[in-house]
Amino acid sequence: MSALLSTPHPPPSTVAPVPASDERLRQVGRLRRLLARPEFGALSGTALVFLLFGLGAGGSGMFSAEGIVNWGTVAGFLGILAVGAALLMIAGEFDLSIGSMIGFAGMMLAIPCLYWGWPVWLAVLFAFATAMALGGLNGWLVVKTGLPSFIVTLAFYFILRGLSLAISVLLTGKTIVSSNGDAVLHELIAADPLVQALFQGHVLTGLFNALARLGLLAARDDGAALAIGVPKVMVWWAALTAGGAFVLARMRVGNWILAVGGDANAAKNVGIPVARVKVLLFVFMAFCATVFAVLQVADAGSAAADRGLQKEFEAIIAAVIGGCLLTGGFGSVIGAALGALIFGVVQIGIGYTSIDNNWYRVFLGGMLLAAVLFNNYIRRRVALGR
Amino acid sequence: MSNPKPDDYILQLENISKYFGAVIALSDITLRLRRGEVHCLLGDNGAGKSTLIKTLAGVFTPEKGQYLVNGKPVRFRSPREALDAGIATVYQDLALVPLMSVSRNFFMGREPVRKLLGVLPVMDHAQAARIAAQELAAMGIRVRDADQMVGQMSGGEKQCLAIARAIHFGAHVLILDEPTAALGVKQSVNVLKLIHRARERGISVIFITHNVNHAYPVADSFTLLNRGQSMGSFAKRDVSKAEVLDMMAGGAEMQKMMAELEGVTI
Repeated sequence: MSALLSTPHPPPSTVAPVPASDERLRQVGRLRRLLARPEFGALSGTALVFLLFGLGAGGSGMFSAEGIVNWGTVAGFLGILAVGAALLMIAGEFDLSIGSMIGFAGMMLAIPCLYWGWPVWLAVLFAFATAMALGGLNGWLVVKTGLPSFIVTLAFYFILRGLSLAISVLLTGKTIVSSNGDAVLHELIAADPLVQALFQGHVLTGLFNALARLGLLAARDDGAALAIGVPKVMVWWAALTAGGAFVLARMRVGNWILAVGGDANAAKNVGIPVARVKVLLFVFMAFCATVFAVLQVADAGSAAADRGLQKEFEAIIAAVIGGCLLTGGFGSVIGAALGALIFGVVQIGIGYTSIDNNWYRVFLGGMLLAAVLFNNYIRRRVALGR
Repeated sequence: MSNPKPDDYILQLENISKYFGAVIALSDITLRLRRGEVHCLLGDNGAGKSTLIKTLAGVFTPEKGQYLVNGKPVRFRSPREALDAGIATVYQDLALVPLMSVSRNFFMGREPVRKLLGVLPVMDHAQAARIAAQELAAMGIRVRDADQMVGQMSGGEKQCLAIARAIHFGAHVLILDEPTAALGVKQSVNVLKLIHRARERGISVIFITHNVNHAYPVADSFTLLNRGQSMGSFAKRDVSKAEVLDMMAGGAEMQKMMAELEGVTI
């Protein structure tokens, strides 16, 4: 294909008569192809952000191993949500309830562990099952009623937040749960080999320590690396992003997701199970929110009913910066991951500079606006050639 | 190309009626499509063309009358069932997604799959691009790049893409809903050529239009609809273009109107 593209267009005088359809097709160059990719905006945004902070905070330790782990963790948490949000947005829907769902799923993990004496692995399964069932309900309502997902999931934004608070107060008398008598959540999770391996702590700790001994990484007094390792949230982020991007680009379902978001009616007319695709993506979104919740509970050692505040907006922003069209049908999971990365770098990076922390929201808002304008322009000019 | 045999009907509607509440959308319509012919369904706005198409496509089930495919009565409960019987409808909206590539659109819902590393089922993009380009080329449309977005194509090209797709996926009967309605002169001719090519490949076509100038050159026979009723079916050899136009627009009345506008032909 690329060989075909790089062939220069022969001058019109030497061409045999071509069908009328061809004469107005311009030769598309490599640059134009790159520009037409949905994640191009996020890619240039990432470059810009790294350039700015490289210049402004280069010597501050922001790009040391500990610094990278710092903003990588923030980006990772958001990035996990952004995968689900991007796929859902490409299919033409939103989920505003995921922030509340994070708080809810955390409670659904902590309460069975601490108050009902369930094994941790079972409580984790329970949290996933309830959240994903609620995600399915969200999707089913959207598909069945034909109401905008904005309204349906806004309702669940309130319902789930209220439920988390009410249930935790009802069952525990508190809104932040970390222990109950002898049972301490952090210890329980650490003692469950499967859940600990999947959700708690770091990987590559040995490698980091070895590098520290070689003097390649900053070390503590005892010789261990200052950065403990790569947090598991970053591993989840990378794995979900890779999986999501693969599904979208390479699998049949990926084509269905694009078609459903691009034109649901057309998709239905060619036999794509539109409702099933949408409900499935709502369930996947809930899965991502629960991964976030379990990682957070395992990391903090507590569940709180007000966790996940504003995460729904941050996830949507990451997806939009990543090149997803709000109207659906176009977007990229890789782009959304870059959007989350921009978020993490800006939110944490600003603390490494002398700039007041409050500016980070201003910066992100501006970034969002720029991304939307840029993406719309690109879509019109390059992708559709208008 | 085989000439249509006189009574070999691939598709028949016999005395079909369809009501929407008090509205009689179709009344006692008979339409017979011979194998391998192009049959034009002509009618002005509000004649019931859309209802008739949707009945053929399995969207509506008629209240009265019979629907036969290859001489056997059928009762389609969904468009999918009609599609499985080889009856493909290309609506005016074409069921194409502008922000997807030509090949992704071509195989939308029926993606070719290969096994990655022997296990993982993935969409076979290379094959999709090759077949899409091939099928379009067979229809006389050259697409240099099957990764090109459909939104970049002209109206005529999109129409051709939708038709080529229906043919590729095994349509024996092609129902085209006003394929030339939104097109310019040259593009319309391209679509008409495409209809002719489909016929050469043995596909039976129902071509819905209100433009006699488009219908007459490609059609083997005509059915005229007016206000939900059939004004009869005619073989091309039995009627002239002027007669068809007359019947379609209500005869004498139309003549009078056209006489007032000098030199007008429709």
